[in-house]
Amino acid sequence: MDPTPQSNGPVTRRQFLRNGARLLTMTGLGVAAGALATRSTAAAWVWQIDPAKCLHCGNCATQCVLEQSAVKCVHAYAVCGYCQLCTGFFAPEPNELTTAAENQLCPTAAIQRAYIEDPYYQYSIDEQLCIGCAKCVEGCNRFGNGSLFLQIRHDRCLNCNECAIARSCPGEAVRRVPADRPYLLKTTSR
Amino acid sequence: MLRRLKFIGALGAMLLLAFLVSAGQRFPPPDFDSGYRIPSPTTPAARQLWLQYADAGVFLAALGTAVWLIHQKRSRRGLFWLSLFSLAYFGFYRKGCICPIGSPQNVVYGLFNPEYAVPATVLIFCFAPIVVALFAGRAFCAGVCPQGALQDFMLIKPVKVPPWLEEALSVLPFIFLGAGLIYAGTGTGFVVCRYDPFVPFFRLSGGTFILTLGAAFLLAGMFVGRPYCRFLCPYGGLLKLASLAAKWRVRVTPDTCTQCRLCEQSCPFGAMREPAPAAHPDGLGAERSRLGWMLALLPVLVVAGAWAGSRLSPAAAQLHPSVALAERYVSQQTAPVEYGLMTPEALSLERAAENPAALLTAAADLRHRFDWACLLFGGWIGLVIGVKLVALSVRPGRTDYEPDRGGCFACARCFTACPNERVRLGWMPAADKPTAS
Repeated sequence: MDPTPQSNGPVTRRQFLRNGARLLTMTGLGVAAGALATRSTAAAWVWQIDPAKCLHCGNCATQCVLEQSAVKCVHAYAVCGYCQLCTGFFAPEPNELTTAAENQLCPTAAIQRAYIEDPYYQYSIDEQLCIGCAKCVEGCNRFGNGSLFLQIRHDRCLNCNECAIARSCPGEAVRRVPADRPYLLKTTSR
Repeated sequence: MLRRLKFIGALGAMLLLAFLVSAGQRFPPPDFDSGYRIPSPTTPAARQLWLQYADAGVFLAALGTAVWLIHQKRSRRGLFWLSLFSLAYFGFYRKGCICPIGSPQNVVYGLFNPEYAVPATVLIFCFAPIVVALFAGRAFCAGVCPQGALQDFMLIKPVKVPPWLEEALSVLPFIFLGAGLIYAGTGTGFVVCRYDPFVPFFRLSGGTFILTLGAAFLLAGMFVGRPYCRFLCPYGGLLKLASLAAKWRVRVTPDTCTQCRLCEQSCPFGAMREPAPAAHPDGLGAERSRLGWMLALLPVLVVAGAWAGSRLSPAAAQLHPSVALAERYVSQQTAPVEYGLMTPEALSLERAAENPAALLTAAADLRHRFDWACLLFGGWIGLVIGVKLVALSVRPGRTDYEPDRGGCFACARCFTACPNERVRLGWMPAADKPTAS
């Protein structure tokens, strides 16, 4: 544990340099840590999509480091119009307004359509099936209220230091948000 | 046909209705008669904050244990189990994130981007191993780093890297560090994290390129000990510098070196240094003049590097998404390229067209930042190469076999190769101790 127990000329000089370097580095680290600590936060950051900036391009489905993206479609029911003809659910020009696969916009049939009362239907997302491709988001925003939107789901997100989706997002819609308020939910349309 | 008409009619009616009712919401939420209650979306929470502090606690405890195992216990077996734990916890459980290797980028990003407050846990992960290295060497590399542990476990038949190659490659970590820091400081991205070859294994998911890179490193790691740590890891570079000033160095022998040379072959990482004989008086002049030349070359290299770096600035700035978009926007004005409808490229151009002035100002500002960053980066490369050349021209002044102060990962493999250590452990009688050959 002792420093090299020799005391001839060059070694002492080296030791002196070493001690000086250690002291200097410690001081430098202390100053840097102090400067950062004033701006530091005890909390953490997580990634989230700002639905107001999202352009529904589909990158979220493919750019995430996870094989199945951490981004899923989220439904703000309070904004939804409960339309019978949901442009987020139905493909353009559907044969019929039924849940048959050929009528659906979603490539994985992740949106469930349930009858509430005439003429209203509830649409909910099966997150196991959703791949975050934003096809429904585009449909809902183009013709509807925009109650369907993409969010990073924090039960899946690995919180990478550099989010691969953020890097490729054409709308620069992915940003860091405080971890205690990790969602940017829609409360009004648009 | 009728169906299509019906669809268009229905859509038209709905839109008309929507515009009549409100400008904001096309279809107002209905008043339900059936007693249906509007649900709210689920919001699974992010990882609990106390768990993140628990991670930092585990990290500090592991660092402390590593120091104890290296300097007090002198136990390779203990370090093996500790690194296995670290691989399981920080690697496969925490998926390689949070890790100190990328953390200097967060610190630099925080310094240059006031809107980003560096989390306290990141500060702990960034600074604790450096402080430990300043006193006790690379304890982090020895037993806490999951990337290092993964490579260490792959090692089956270490070959000796030729010294010239080892010395030449050992400047790469510092260059990678410089690149990572300028890209973090300019807000371009965290390249060190992006090109970490092992994190995809921890996640069990990743792109073809990065998985191939990781596999290449692991395959190379079967024959070259810890190739990423030695020749690329930027954080390893920082710890190498810190451990040069370490108060307690890693010592092969517990007490005295008998110069038996048994430890020479025990290091798979090329960090064992043999005693350097005193210079022959006749050769001293030549060595001194060589050192003088190298010292004179140092500022030349720094200036040349800074010049070359500033020449590279326009190319380096291209990697920033805003600069790239601005350039694409400008070139689109003269030579338009057709992108498909709703493709990310077309959408980002649309966004650029909304407020081109703001984008172009931001890009110009970023280019200016890059001019400075690249000047510094080039100078840094010159400095690294210059200091390496100076270091190669200085006599180490060693009388015993000892691990290189900076290059030693403190893996403790060499300890039991030393007969003095074997005597200390009671593995062999003191009488069998070999003498200097």
